[in-house]
Amino acid sequence: MVTIIIWTIAVVTILGLVLALVLYLVAQRFKVEEDPRIDEVEKAMPGANCGGCGFAGCRAFAEAAVKAPNLDNNYCPVGGNDTMAKVAAILGYEVQAKAPQVAVVRCNGTCAARPTLNEYNGYPSCKVKAALYSSDTGCAWGCLGCGDCVAACQFGALSMDSGTGLPVVDQEKCTACGACVKACPKAIIELRPKGPRGMREFVSCVNKDKGPVAKKACANACIGCGICVKTCTHAAIVMENNVAYIDPAKCKLCRECEAMCPTGAIHGVNFPKPLDKDAIKERIKVRQQKAKEAATAQAAAVTASAVANKKADAPAEAVTAAAAKPVMPGAEEASEKKEVTNE
Amino acid sequence: MSKRTFSIGGVHPHDNKMSRECALEQLPLAPTVYISVAQHIGAPAVPVVAVGDKVKVGQVIAEPGGFVSTFIHSSVSGTVKSIGPRADLAGKPSSHIEIAVEGDEWAEGIDTTDTLVTEIPSDNKAIIEKIRRGGVVGLGGATVPTHVKLSPPPGSKCERVIINGCECEPYLTSDYRTLLEKGDKVVVGAAILRQVMGNVPCTIAIEENKPEAIAHIREVIARLGYQGIDVMVMKMMYPQGGEKQLIDAVMHRQVGSGALPISVGAVVQNVCTTLAVYDAVQKNKPIVDNSVTVTGACFPKQANLMVRVGTPLKYIVDYLGGVPESAAKVISGGPMMGRAVANLEAATVKGTGGLLFLTEAETRRQSAGNCIRCGKCADACPMGLEPFLLNKLSKAGDVEALEANAAHDCIECGCCMYSCPAHIPLLDNIRMGKGAALGAIRARAAAAKAAAEAAKK
Repeated sequence: MVTIIIWTIAVVTILGLVLALVLYLVAQRFKVEEDPRIDEVEKAMPGANCGGCGFAGCRAFAEAAVKAPNLDNNYCPVGGNDTMAKVAAILGYEVQAKAPQVAVVRCNGTCAARPTLNEYNGYPSCKVKAALYSSDTGCAWGCLGCGDCVAACQFGALSMDSGTGLPVVDQEKCTACGACVKACPKAIIELRPKGPRGMREFVSCVNKDKGPVAKKACANACIGCGICVKTCTHAAIVMENNVAYIDPAKCKLCRECEAMCPTGAIHGVNFPKPLDKDAIKERIKVRQQKAKEAATAQAAAVTASAVANKKADAPAEAVTAAAAKPVMPGAEEASEKKEVTNE
Repeated sequence: MSKRTFSIGGVHPHDNKMSRECALEQLPLAPTVYISVAQHIGAPAVPVVAVGDKVKVGQVIAEPGGFVSTFIHSSVSGTVKSIGPRADLAGKPSSHIEIAVEGDEWAEGIDTTDTLVTEIPSDNKAIIEKIRRGGVVGLGGATVPTHVKLSPPPGSKCERVIINGCECEPYLTSDYRTLLEKGDKVVVGAAILRQVMGNVPCTIAIEENKPEAIAHIREVIARLGYQGIDVMVMKMMYPQGGEKQLIDAVMHRQVGSGALPISVGAVVQNVCTTLAVYDAVQKNKPIVDNSVTVTGACFPKQANLMVRVGTPLKYIVDYLGGVPESAAKVISGGPMMGRAVANLEAATVKGTGGLLFLTEAETRRQSAGNCIRCGKCADACPMGLEPFLLNKLSKAGDVEALEANAAHDCIECGCCMYSCPAHIPLLDNIRMGKGAALGAIRARAAAAKAAAEAAKK
């Protein structure tokens, strides 16, 4: 009995040792050489595996980042500049800091503003709904309200507001991974720079219909009137296909367009003070009046200088120079002042 | 003779042909019509009239924008009021020509009498040109321009023309009424089609639930004395009227994935299309009207109407007494493949075959449960696909796997969703996957074409 036990233990032990040796040799023989930096980079990543960077997950990003000659095309929007600084330190690359971004919903067609024309009782998915027909409202461009974006968000940053029927972005939680942008079949969600202290100005509408059609479908629609383009002193607004777009790189956050918009399609968020429409309108009026006066003065000066040139008189030139000046600087001053008060 | 049907899948919905006894009735002219320039598969037509022009019935108002495209004719006489975007049946804006109706004056050269012309012209090319100029498209639903179907690619040969009189969609009866009331014209149209395709045999396939139509067409063929045209009685089964299913049922041949019916030697035309071919060739009459079934259990006045193309749906419904209060949904087409209508202001197109009113109880969706792997959807699929798998792949967005599992072969018949005991919206999801798979195939084809052209240079 005892011998059997001893023999069993001995055989199993020897077998175990032999097989361990075999396993060790095989492991040595077929070892996959891997850059140890991949592990390090992966550790520095947020680990959400959201795919916001364009790769399948954080590990895939780490592999690509280690292989790439620089970090220009690889950026983790979730981790942001802090993470990328760590990654750059590990790999010895330089990285340019990017402005943090946030998802912005460019539709303000609330239930109240956008009357429902028919009832959708199909499968509650925006993608399915968009494939079947235009919309349950008169607007064929805006939010469908089934919440595909909410389902796509892995960070809990999106929620549907039952009052307005529109998605709301929690900017503290949003990591700008872009999952919602891809999920939206109407392409109403855009990633925009967060702006100084979160302040940003955007057109909350993507309706490309002509003014009367857009207005009929939704009271809050951008009707493509172009008042904002004319008002903007920074050339930050472009009008394309009957819908305005504010370029975040050029916008100086003066809020003049927001005050002038007849339908309220332009939204400003996170400004410390509520928008004082009347004051801004008054300011614009004064500025335009000044500009008009300056223009007439300039015209007068030009004729005067033409007369003066004949006489080759020096003071006339001084008049022209003075008249030509005041148009732009005055406007800039005003907008800068406004920025200061906002901050 | 045993009744035939296709070999795989299919379901048996109740046929609900409530309007089968309603004779075809001419709808009075609407005050204004809106004629879409994109009412066929392929490139939209290009308008050739200007605002303020006077047009007559049957006058060309838009010309083809490519080979796979067709002529569009004015369906009324009057003045062109505007040309611009207007919401179509799905609410999506598309270009329409608005015409205010004044009288009913027909363009010259159109024979508006009812006499039957049985003499078929001998020049096949001239016949195809007449069909093309008549703006004839497949009225069975897909609206493929008919001249494209009748011009087989070189190397392929037609062996049989099949006239599709199955009308397997529940509720719809417009094909049935056409067979019964205009059967002689349909038979002449069939004779034209078989002559164009090279005097091949022709089969008129009719389902067994239309015995009157079967008897009538048999009588007409005997009376007119045409050779090579026969009537085949089909077993009731949905989707028998599907092109590939009908070829399988009639000829016992299967059309391959992504292939056209001509690859197995078949050309399939719908009954109404055949009638349109007769009108275009024998009477010079383009498609200006089509038959529309207006029906539904909650709809008080069932009707089969001859409706001018571009008539607003609201006008049709008002003519029949307005929308019933209990109606919750209006569907353009039948209950299986039709689409819900987003706005009644939209106008009919050539392919509009029916308007179906359903009540809340009839349309309510059951909440979806979990897949219990029963395989009923796979049994029901007439294309031999695995809907449960495609559903999962569509949700995951796995385009490669969708293509490998032939999602692009789905004919969107809805048999899977109809048979699912868990009420899973299979078709809704698969439609997305089909779109993705088709997109990938097209992108690859376009890339290959571009590469070939680059190599040439």
